[in-house]
Amino acid sequence: MNATETSSMKALTLRLQDELFAVEAGSVREILDLVPITEVPNASPFVSGLINVRGRVVPLADLRVMFGMDRPEPDEDTRIVVMEVDIDGEPTVAGILADKVHDVTDIEAASIEEAPKVGMRWRPEFIRGIGKRNGGFIIIPDLGRIFETQGARTASTAASEERSAS
Amino acid sequence: MSFPDPTETFRQEARELLEQLELGLLDLEQNPANDDLINSTFRALHTIKGSGAMFGFTAVAAFVHEFETAFDKVRKGQTQATSELIAVALDAKDHIHKLIEQPDAPQAGGETILDALRIVIAAAEDGGESPAAEAEPPVPAVAPVAAGPGNRWRIRFRLPPDALVYGTNPLLLLDEIKAIGPCTITALTDTIPPLDSIDPEVPYMGWQVDLTADDPRAAIDDVFLFLKDGMELSVEPLTGAEATQPAPIIAPPEPRAVVAEPAAVTASAPAKTSKASKAAKPVVEKEPSASAAASSSMRVDAERLDELMDRVGELVIAQARLTQIAAMSSDGNLKTIAEELERLSSGLRDTTMGIRMVPIGTLFSRFRRLVHDLSRDLDKEIDFITTGEDTELDKTMIERLADPLVHLIRNSVDHGLESAEKRLAAGKPPKGTVRLSAVYAGAEVAISVTDDGAGLNAERIRAKAEEAGLLTADAKIADADLWHMIFAPGFSTAKEVTSLSGRGVGMDVVKRTIDGLRGSIDVATTPGSGSTMTLRLPLTLAIIDGMLVRVGNGRYTIPLAAVEECVELPEGIEANARGRNFLDIRGSLVPFLRLREVFGTRAPADPHQKVVIVSSGEGRVGLVVDQIIGNNQTVIKQLSKLHSSIKSFSGATILGDGTVALILDTAHLVQFGQGYVDQGRAA
Repeated sequence: MNATETSSMKALTLRLQDELFAVEAGSVREILDLVPITEVPNASPFVSGLINVRGRVVPLADLRVMFGMDRPEPDEDTRIVVMEVDIDGEPTVAGILADKVHDVTDIEAASIEEAPKVGMRWRPEFIRGIGKRNGGFIIIPDLGRIFETQGARTASTAASEERSAS
Repeated sequence: MSFPDPTETFRQEARELLEQLELGLLDLEQNPANDDLINSTFRALHTIKGSGAMFGFTAVAAFVHEFETAFDKVRKGQTQATSELIAVALDAKDHIHKLIEQPDAPQAGGETILDALRIVIAAAEDGGESPAAEAEPPVPAVAPVAAGPGNRWRIRFRLPPDALVYGTNPLLLLDEIKAIGPCTITALTDTIPPLDSIDPEVPYMGWQVDLTADDPRAAIDDVFLFLKDGMELSVEPLTGAEATQPAPIIAPPEPRAVVAEPAAVTASAPAKTSKASKAAKPVVEKEPSASAAASSSMRVDAERLDELMDRVGELVIAQARLTQIAAMSSDGNLKTIAEELERLSSGLRDTTMGIRMVPIGTLFSRFRRLVHDLSRDLDKEIDFITTGEDTELDKTMIERLADPLVHLIRNSVDHGLESAEKRLAAGKPPKGTVRLSAVYAGAEVAISVTDDGAGLNAERIRAKAEEAGLLTADAKIADADLWHMIFAPGFSTAKEVTSLSGRGVGMDVVKRTIDGLRGSIDVATTPGSGSTMTLRLPLTLAIIDGMLVRVGNGRYTIPLAAVEECVELPEGIEANARGRNFLDIRGSLVPFLRLREVFGTRAPADPHQKVVIVSSGEGRVGLVVDQIIGNNQTVIKQLSKLHSSIKSFSGATILGDGTVALILDTAHLVQFGQGYVDQGRAA
């Protein structure tokens, strides 16, 4: 997606806790009901699980970790959005946990603003922009950057955990 | 359905022949008088020449011709396979390889090699070999007329009826005969049927050629090399008046008209050209020398094998689900079918894996040439010993191992082995030894490169590591960790850059490649008496037999091949101090890891915990689990980049119920457990 070049962005909107998020609809592969999640010991809470998507083993990410949100148990609205994300230039299929998936919508490019550098609860580099719809805000996360940062973090935490364990 | 390009087929075969040739030459060097080797070398050259000419690689054919002649002399005992000859022939083999891979690129150096060959042959012939040659009859003269210059011969031939179908062009054959010497060609048209019953694909004509040449029989045989089976061919010397007479029929109108006809016949063949040229391969295979190992085999794209493997993988998963459903059902028929299917799919899996498994000997043999060349370039005498050639590994793995092994062997020869003087001074035989071996070790294959050289120099490595900023001057480091410094990027202890080292492929690349294959590298060295680099690699990249266990609420798979035994955790053993856990297994102390602790499991432990003893290479470790569930076929799925940093797992798999289970990396866990042992000793 290139918010500045296209006039509007086709986006899938989903809810994480009380906030509305939008991800590019083009990179969404499918939306699943909650499936059994296999926990990966010692992985960071952000990507602590694996799921089976049509015979493929796919990591499951919880964006709520990155935005410092509460993480209540899944309920009947919980969905998994399977997406293609670029991680260090490698297209990777990953699932994203959503408290609720809303709809596919057009977000006017003109309404998308840069994330303010101050006065936000979240790290600004994780947010690509903030759109407006029906008087409310929609957060457009920078998934590439979130996953990359997380990859680096797992590497360092795993290494330090191992060191401390041995 | 697409047919392979016949040129590509030729290339593939030529590649194999060249490999065969190289091995033959290297064997011949050890064993210069072995007739079988000489013959197989000659045959390989001959086939490359013949099929090269057939597929339009004329440069190859012309180049190989002189080598063929040289080895023909060796074969006839007129000269000997000296090591000089073999060295030139090896260069020639490389040149042929280039000619075949890039026929259009100008290839310099061919003449130089041929010049070298001529010098070698001349030297060998002068070197007292000529009496032996004279002792032999000059020509196996069966013909009543002694072969001599300017004799005339009459050749009559008819092609087999399927020759055109297989892509033979009679005009080219005639051209080849013309190249042997001055000749007169007459068409034999007596057997051509009336026009309406002509099959355009059958060569009805025969040809009679009156040829002036020295004994042309060998050359004639060459021309018809691939047709001999079905054809009529006679070669007779012309005597008396017939011979001296200029050929009676030169070009009267009649034969010329007939000559036009074969052209028409061949011209109609292109209607089927595609079929004809595609069918060219079987012709080559009929040639007995082309398939020295006369086993029936076929070439399959590696990609198709990968596809097959994927399908089998999916089948195995589906079968596991069926088995699980059948186990819960009370339907006897369902159970029977599920069992039957399990047996079938496990058989199918083994067969498919078997197809992909290649003995590592195919890789090892490549290195003999490497060592031969290194030995010459560095002027070090080397014994190169390989063992375990039968050890089988996944094909992709073997391909990816080639470069790392080249590097390790080069290192051993270049940096490991000392010069002959230094070796003598150290009380070692002047000839160095490099060993390359492969053995099965549990679920892994261990491939090691051992030399009896000077061993790694701890001081030099340390100095270099400090220089590169990898180590602080006062840091204490265990030897094993120090040796691993050589795998750091940009690390090289070679004092001077020789022609062999410093080519940009460092040990770090070796390490990366091996890591990519889910393998590991061990370094062992004894100062003064050599070092060993051991690569440990998983047997396969696709499917394994696994043992499913439960830890807390999570299920994990342990590669069955790594499992030695399972025992109950004795009640009395309480987790005392962290990292002081040992089990007494028939007198030997085995450290054990509580996977619950390693994984940070919070669910309460089962009362009767089990210990699965796994091994990797030398080491063993016990893994404490809550429950052993059973065996299952495990289709290995790689973990994504997001989880690649978690070393305890080598991958994941999908269980019968569709959930994901992680596969334990036993080698890593053993290493981890071995850390306990070392700590225990230190304490």
